[in-house]
Amino acid sequence: MAKIKIPPVLRPSVGGEREVSASGENVGEILRDLADSHPATAEQLFSADGELNRYVNVYLNDEDVRVLDGLDTAVGDSDTVVILPAMAGG
Amino acid sequence: MSPSSADLLRQVKSEIQEVDPSEVKELLQEGVAIIDVRETEELASGVLPGAKHVPRSYLETRIEGIVPDRSAHVILYCASGNRSAYGARTLEQDLGYEHVESMTGGIALWKDRGYEIDVPRTLSPEQRDRYSRHLLIPEIGNEGQQKLLDAKVLLLGAGGLGSPTALYLAAAGVGTLGIVDDDVVDLSNLQRQVIHSTQRIGIPKVDSAEEAIHGLNPDVKVVKYPVRLDASNIMEIIEGYDVIVDGVDNFPTRYLLNDATVRLQIPVVSASILGFDGQLSVFKPYEGPCYRCLFREPPPAELAPSCGANGVLGVLPGTMGLLQATEVVKLILGIGDPAIGRLLLYDALAATLTEVKVHRDPDCPICSRPPDEISDEEMGVFPDYEAFCAAAG
Repeated sequence: MAKIKIPPVLRPSVGGEREVSASGENVGEILRDLADSHPATAEQLFSADGELNRYVNVYLNDEDVRVLDGLDTAVGDSDTVVILPAMAGG
Repeated sequence: MSPSSADLLRQVKSEIQEVDPSEVKELLQEGVAIIDVRETEELASGVLPGAKHVPRSYLETRIEGIVPDRSAHVILYCASGNRSAYGARTLEQDLGYEHVESMTGGIALWKDRGYEIDVPRTLSPEQRDRYSRHLLIPEIGNEGQQKLLDAKVLLLGAGGLGSPTALYLAAAGVGTLGIVDDDVVDLSNLQRQVIHSTQRIGIPKVDSAEEAIHGLNPDVKVVKYPVRLDASNIMEIIEGYDVIVDGVDNFPTRYLLNDATVRLQIPVVSASILGFDGQLSVFKPYEGPCYRCLFREPPPAELAPSCGANGVLGVLPGTMGLLQATEVVKLILGIGDPAIGRLLLYDALAATLTEVKVHRDPDCPICSRPPDEISDEEMGVFPDYEAFCAAAG
């Protein structure tokens, strides 16, 4: 089980948690597992064609998965997946 | 019998190496560390080009900050070559510097020979007192303080983030602070916008901020822009500033700002806050990624709580705004590692500061192209965000 860090805007969709666990071999599976457990996150993460929405950044530990293998990036049990949409509050 | 002053000086000079000004002149371009050990008041009449200033009385405590390498070639000078002789002996015998020389005849002989001098800009006695804690830091010193006084920084918003940033940049002696804000001070602002005050509720934020800044530091010139930044005025307002501090509360302006600053190649220190969370990064055009490389598109309204009123811990913009102020000062001074290509994530509840990498996007619609190819029509363009916000109420 890898850890997923949940940004403030998605916390209402996961019962207010700031961090949840999810299972899967890669980033895509982990995020799908999250979406299955917390369906309200699904449309916020994925577009209609199943791709990650462009306005959501996902990092494996400190690296953007877009420069790794995207949703196919392998994830180990000790890894942390960070979901990060833009914020504009000032 | 104790030696006389003259005896002591002769003794010291016999123990050290001296160097003639003609040789020092030849060494100016060679990367030799030239240290002026006179008192601050003596510098106004001129210094050797490229010399660093360390008063004799601080030599032992500050030399390592200026010349960390004990094997470096160091030349000391003073007015006539006596104080520098004592200094040279101290560096060599007490601190273990291996290659120290004292310039014969000091700057008086240098000038007699007609060699070039720099006349440094000096701080007034009041400024030396005000900025004394900066002057004590080798990375800042007189030269760095002059850079701060010469710097022009534009603050977008005199709100949560802009308040602490403006106050500390003013205190640090940043010479010109531009402030863009079309709002007036409201009671609900005062939980976090510490540059304003209860007495100034109802007056324009730019005026309120100016009053606070001048109360803190009358050296600072405040340029007020009581307008909303938009495509029609942004180029005119931001041009000529050295650094821009982005603390705006909406996506349209953040994208517009990004595109305009890439075009003008002005670095932006950007932060955003929500609830207990803060983000910060430095976007330096063409050296690192831009805001669009990080966030290609703004999120839809339901994921962008900036559209409406949102909660934020009152202390949080203080934390993030001061991280911004720190990055601004570093950029002006050219010291340290600014947060370029890194996004810092502060979680106030967890008390953690983590970071993720941000890469330049080779397909970035803005910064993958030369600045002069970015047109007016393209700036700030993205899906119809105003409509999203209106729909979200």
